[in-house]
Amino acid sequence: MWSYEKRLQFPVNIKEPNAKLAQVIISQYGGPDGEMSASMRYLSQRYSMPYREVAGVLTDIGTEELAHLEMVATIIYQLTRNLSMEEIEKSGFDKYYVDHTIGIWPQAAGGIPFNACEFQVKGDVITDLHEDMAAEQKARSTYDNILRLIKEPDICEPIKFLREREIVHYQRFGEALRITQDKLNSKNFYAFNPGFDTNEDTANDNADCGCNH
Amino acid sequence: MGNKEQLLKDIGIVDFVLVDMGLYLDTHPFDRNAIEYFNHYSKIKNQMEKEFSMKYYPLRKDLAESGKEWRWGAAPLPWEGACV
Repeated sequence: MWSYEKRLQFPVNIKEPNAKLAQVIISQYGGPDGEMSASMRYLSQRYSMPYREVAGVLTDIGTEELAHLEMVATIIYQLTRNLSMEEIEKSGFDKYYVDHTIGIWPQAAGGIPFNACEFQVKGDVITDLHEDMAAEQKARSTYDNILRLIKEPDICEPIKFLREREIVHYQRFGEALRITQDKLNSKNFYAFNPGFDTNEDTANDNADCGCNH
Repeated sequence: MGNKEQLLKDIGIVDFVLVDMGLYLDTHPFDRNAIEYFNHYSKIKNQMEKEFSMKYYPLRKDLAESGKEWRWGAAPLPWEGACV
């Protein structure tokens, strides 16, 4: 279960609306490498994790991603409040506005709706942790791309905070992968899915790895 | 910045310590210094949240003890810009 705190993880106070930037930043809400993908990926992957430490990392990072999702939504909300009809038309925000007015809906910057195909739950700890590390780097690259487009400090500061968290999460997933590998057959990490195959003999270093060498 | 805004900002800072240290401890569960650090700030955060909820508005539902009006519903929403 979860409990809610009525505050943001990092302050967001944007003074001037900017519909053009909102259309770019919305990719980190519902785009391929956004916070919705991140939170749903980690929280869904937990159940097939064979090791409690790894499931713990996924729970805590997945939960933090929900707080980031709320921060990104807040940035878009504050960038689109008090917009005039003229600004909506001029900025190109009219295509979004016609379907959602100024509500927050998960889509990529190019208009593609959020889709669970943007992430995977493979049910294999090695496979899933590699996806998670790649996902953190993809999100970091996206925040870097966003930062090249904005100059305003009140928008930059929360985006820089979010970018920095991707780097910390990458480090923690790397440690989770090392914890996992310490429990597997060092001759062949891929011989065995410890969350699915039940033959314990193949899990340790002394056993035949099954590769016939 | 008023007292309310300052306290809310401080809660955010202390909570960030707990979020970041908590993740570190997930992969370093026997680091005693980190555990002491976490325990120290955990106590401080609980006290600050209780103080804020009593003086201003409840940040968590379990701190929303109310009189005539349900305080949880009347509290400002984070995206409105209340979080300074």
